[in-house]
Amino acid sequence: MNRFAELLDRLVLTPSRNGKLKLITDHFRAVEDPDRGLALAAITGELDIASVKPAMLRQLVSERMDPILFGYSYDYVGDLAETVSLVWPEAPESRPNHDITLAEVVQKLQSASRSDGPAVLARLLDQAETSARFAIIKLVTGGLRIGVSARLAKQALADLGSVDVAEIEELWHGLTPPYTSLFAWLEGKATKPEKAARALFRPVMLSNPVGDGDLEKLAPTDYAAEWKWDGIRVQAVSEGGIRRLYSRTGDDVSGAFPDVVAAMEFDAALDGELLVGSPREATGTFSDLQQRLNRKTVSAKMQDRYPAFVRCYDLLQLDGEDLRELPFTTRRARVEAFIATLDPDRFDLSPLVAFDSWDQLEAMRREPPHPIIEGVMLKRLDSPYLAGRPKGPWFKWKRDPHIVDTVLMYAQRGHGKRSSFYSDYTFGVWSGAEGAEELVPVGKAYFGFTDEELKQIDKFVRDNTVERFGPVRSVRADRANGLVLEVAFEGLNRSTRHKSGVAMRFPRISRLRWDKPPAEADRIETLQALLD
Amino acid sequence: MRPSDLLHSRPEGLYCPTGDFYIDPVRPVDRALITHGHSDHARPGHAKVLATRQTLDIMAIRCGPDFAGTTQAMPLGEKIRLGDVTVSFHPAGHVLGSAQISVERNGMRIVASGDYKRARDPTCTAFEVVPCDVFISEATFALPVFHHPDASQEIGKLLKSTRQFPERAHLVGAYALGKAQRVMRLLRDQGYDKPIYIHGALTRLSEYYQSQGVDLGDLRPATVEDGDKADFADAIIVAPSATFADRWARRFPDPLAAFASGWMRIRQRAKQGGVELPLVVSDHSDWDELTATITETGAGEVWVTHGREEALVRWCELNGIAARPLHLVGYEDEGD
Repeated sequence: MNRFAELLDRLVLTPSRNGKLKLITDHFRAVEDPDRGLALAAITGELDIASVKPAMLRQLVSERMDPILFGYSYDYVGDLAETVSLVWPEAPESRPNHDITLAEVVQKLQSASRSDGPAVLARLLDQAETSARFAIIKLVTGGLRIGVSARLAKQALADLGSVDVAEIEELWHGLTPPYTSLFAWLEGKATKPEKAARALFRPVMLSNPVGDGDLEKLAPTDYAAEWKWDGIRVQAVSEGGIRRLYSRTGDDVSGAFPDVVAAMEFDAALDGELLVGSPREATGTFSDLQQRLNRKTVSAKMQDRYPAFVRCYDLLQLDGEDLRELPFTTRRARVEAFIATLDPDRFDLSPLVAFDSWDQLEAMRREPPHPIIEGVMLKRLDSPYLAGRPKGPWFKWKRDPHIVDTVLMYAQRGHGKRSSFYSDYTFGVWSGAEGAEELVPVGKAYFGFTDEELKQIDKFVRDNTVERFGPVRSVRADRANGLVLEVAFEGLNRSTRHKSGVAMRFPRISRLRWDKPPAEADRIETLQALLD
Repeated sequence: MRPSDLLHSRPEGLYCPTGDFYIDPVRPVDRALITHGHSDHARPGHAKVLATRQTLDIMAIRCGPDFAGTTQAMPLGEKIRLGDVTVSFHPAGHVLGSAQISVERNGMRIVASGDYKRARDPTCTAFEVVPCDVFISEATFALPVFHHPDASQEIGKLLKSTRQFPERAHLVGAYALGKAQRVMRLLRDQGYDKPIYIHGALTRLSEYYQSQGVDLGDLRPATVEDGDKADFADAIIVAPSATFADRWARRFPDPLAAFASGWMRIRQRAKQGGVELPLVVSDHSDWDELTATITETGAGEVWVTHGREEALVRWCELNGIAARPLHLVGYEDEGD
């Protein structure tokens, strides 16, 4: 348990992706079965443990210590799980003579009944050391919050066995904790686990952005074009009565979209874009779609207000036949025929866009017919469906980003390589009446500039600091003095959380405008106009 | 005589009227008794200073040779009369030279413990329990949340990380006096025999520790004049943590920020400070050490100063010991 606790403690404070991968793969190497597999399950959210309410934790601790001292402690630490783990009275006499394993902890928690759950938890906390107590409490209160996605954990598995992550994703949903057969295969001690389960995820085919000069080398007649929809990529798989809706990284998101799942009355694997609204009348915006995302369950009201549907563009399997080896044109014909048989409220077809030349397509890309189109996709007519991001068969050609001139307001110190640099920037635009303008923050960005530019901004921040709040500095920013940052972003959502009322999608610094007086930066009205 | 007749606080610091001296005064006074060399306790400008030899040496290093009018070195355990009171210094286990100060008159003894810890520390003399009527305790980590683990276990984490990330420079933030040398000594105890690179602010104090018989091994300045950045891959560099945000830290390859402090027990503190590898190593007592020490002194009354006074006062109340916060100004809550 101490090893798992140490892993969690390190992961939560390690900012870099590579650092996290290294920590996880080292853990998988150092720890034996079944503990490592249970750690993997805990990280990927596959561990099934009855949850404990915060009130019960408080109750347990109040039976063990003075409530006033607990109050002082909780006020100071601010996090209930952490406070309880730290103040829990040490009970060395209840410690077993070995470090309790994650397997023991999981087994005891899973076999506890509702009524003896609290007592079981208390006994485990007595047996554990400080960091392990924190890990146990995190397991029972749900949500480790260590900044590691299931995707990253799968990448760590791929690194461990030097295999492609697509292989892990394809197997993933057929495996269960503690994944002994998976580890055995990755360590070369056994053959690859059979794909036993039904309705497994199939690794998706991804595209490359169109780069400078790419199109000159390509013949328009070799490619089909489709609109690029600004939804989320999904794979709808239904096989032998099992129905699953997967995200593009293979996460099972079925629970959030029961309306779509209910309509999956077929035996097939479809690739498409999840959107909300009515396919035949009005496709909803990305803001609308966000109402449905990141939910484990969804109310009937929500389903009614923001109905979900899949706009399909590929067919990977149909009635037991794997279509992935077939060329695009053949698959396209099959998907067109197949969609016509499905519930038109839940499935429709992403239409092809006819074009003769790149210039003609370029014009259409710049003026798409619908706000939820973010560009065009190019798909090579003779290409099979290939896992990963092969160079050549599929391209995405996005609409140009929006550009706005903002003023730097706050800078925060970065992490890791950038820990001595002010590298995370909050920027604002002007609002208020003429003569009484004020900057209102509209976003935050920490990339888009070169290392040399980072040094220049860092110097500007240090030379123009007005106030410091821990790792954050506010910098001089008024009509005459300040640094204008040109910011590029993909779209704008309404936000009740931000004072400005807007939230940018994918903002990044596109240019430093040392030449531009701050007074000439944009006003909030420019952004508000983009909302409608 | 009430205890407060023997010692009470004044704006300058804790004052003994019958002996006419202050303990760790924050403003220049005529006669000062100093518990240890940290800058919030040991300030320059007093006319006469009494402290241990090592504390006087450290004050001279930090504040210059003219830090006081006259000085007198107090051997540990030796008694001296100041006016009507008997004063003696006893080891506090905090940093090299640190002492508790016992003040006694007419059979009443008050012990001003300064900062102290009970955990093993190879760089200074271990704390000694001095039975007393009134014990003055620090409260830097006086909350039940603070448990300092075995320091060698924390140093083990640092060494493990250097093996996991050999391409990165490990920057260990540590207080320049005491913590830095303790961390280095603990590294040596675990068999780490490579050179340790140190920030300039640590040089003279570390040399002084070495001269006092604390072997810190091969210490080198963390400068890049003769080499290049890559030389610091796989290296351990010890520096005051404030330097991490400085341009100074840019000379190292992909630095991994570690911080050796009792505050690192709280995850949010580590997170806010951008610390990747928290090392819970403290030169102060944790909650259990504070409460055990109060019990062991047998004091019937406890005065609590700098830190989370209210929690320790509450604990004393629950255990039938009279206690009150002693409001002294000018000490850093953030020590460690």
